[in-house]
Amino acid sequence: MEYVPSKENIAKRIARFFKNGDVVNLGIGLPTLVGNYVPEGVELILQSENGFMGLGPVPEAGKEDPMLVNAGGSCVTIQPGGCFFDSAMSFAIIRGGHVDATVLGVLEVDQEGNLANYKVPGKMVPGMGGAMDLTVGAKKVFAATQHFDAKGNSKLLRKCKLPLTAAHEVDYVVTDIGLFEVKNGAFVLKEYFKPYTVEYILEKTDADIVVDKDCREVDLG
Amino acid sequence: MLAKPIVTAEQAVGLIKEGDVVMLGGFMGCGSPPALLAALEKKGTKNLTLVCNDCAVHNLKTGEMTFVAPLVAKKQFKKVIATHIGLNGEIQRQMNAGETEVLLVPQGTLAERIRAAGAGLGGVLTPTGVGTEVQEGKKVIDLDGKRYLLETGLSGDVALIRAKKADKAGNCTYDKSGRNFNPLMAMACKTVIVEADEIVEIGQLDPEVVVTPSVVVTHLVQAKK
Repeated sequence: MEYVPSKENIAKRIARFFKNGDVVNLGIGLPTLVGNYVPEGVELILQSENGFMGLGPVPEAGKEDPMLVNAGGSCVTIQPGGCFFDSAMSFAIIRGGHVDATVLGVLEVDQEGNLANYKVPGKMVPGMGGAMDLTVGAKKVFAATQHFDAKGNSKLLRKCKLPLTAAHEVDYVVTDIGLFEVKNGAFVLKEYFKPYTVEYILEKTDADIVVDKDCREVDLG
Repeated sequence: MLAKPIVTAEQAVGLIKEGDVVMLGGFMGCGSPPALLAALEKKGTKNLTLVCNDCAVHNLKTGEMTFVAPLVAKKQFKKVIATHIGLNGEIQRQMNAGETEVLLVPQGTLAERIRAAGAGLGGVLTPTGVGTEVQEGKKVIDLDGKRYLLETGLSGDVALIRAKKADKAGNCTYDKSGRNFNPLMAMACKTVIVEADEIVEIGQLDPEVVVTPSVVVTHLVQAKK
């Protein structure tokens, strides 16, 4: 079986987790795609950690406002009913348990729920931005990642080697081949995405995986 | 209500001395005061410590620089305290070469450290960073079975603030996501310089919409229109 990376699979599956009215913070990059696949009838309230609630879509060409940007500095819009606040309020909302879920990118994630996504010593030291507060504060933490890196190594590990963004905070890992819940020091495989198989996932992942008794195949289309 | 001096950007940055801790509002430049930055670059004051969410954009391939980036490139800062420097290749280069000291702080922790100093608190207890490199050298406090880091307050000498509307007393409102660190920094510095898009007479700002109270603001600068 050949691995074909699919950011869409990851975004589609995560989007199906959310309930109408959930307050969600999506990281920049792959996590932002989740917003494109929210099911019909579900409206999310997106929090933007640079200071507002009710993050809306990218504005039409010519309607950009340089004073209204997301945490990546790109021009966005605000939804009716949204509001602005300062950075202390923004992170009070995050750490205070008022955000239902956050979706973050991954360099490494391990079976203890540790996440590394902000630093490769000596190579890439961009800073953690809001990621450490989001992993600690959001009620549910989703790690969104392609299952393998460019060299074909599993990004799901027994133990992270890179500096941690947060310890023991990840609840779910969603890759392009399966959905895992982090529980009791293992990845619990809940779903495998067509055309991949349980056997493929067990063979190719360098971590302890428990196959859930209700584990099922899901076709993400 | 006492009116605050309205000065030029050049006069305002003259208040910044070598060695000062300068707090700069803004998030990727959104909410940073452009005229004050341009004047401080022109004046060339050095050995400053910068406290800011980030260092804006410096693309080493194209040479593109935004907001505070030209000041970083001129090495006006001996130390930078920020949360994210991923889009400024020059500060990353200076950090890796040991030319500039860079302290990276989680964003919520930076906000709370500044807020605490401005509120007269010695610091805050936060769960952010427990079990990571951020914990190194810090006191860990156990409260009811949950661990917190003791993060101390962070104050500055001069705050460079961008407001949307200010009245002549110094009351400020902000512009959308340009608010970010501005109101926190305005509380945490001795000299607080506000570059406002619009300066109105005292009494013309609805007291209900004021975000930063006038009493902490020391100088006003009219932004270029």
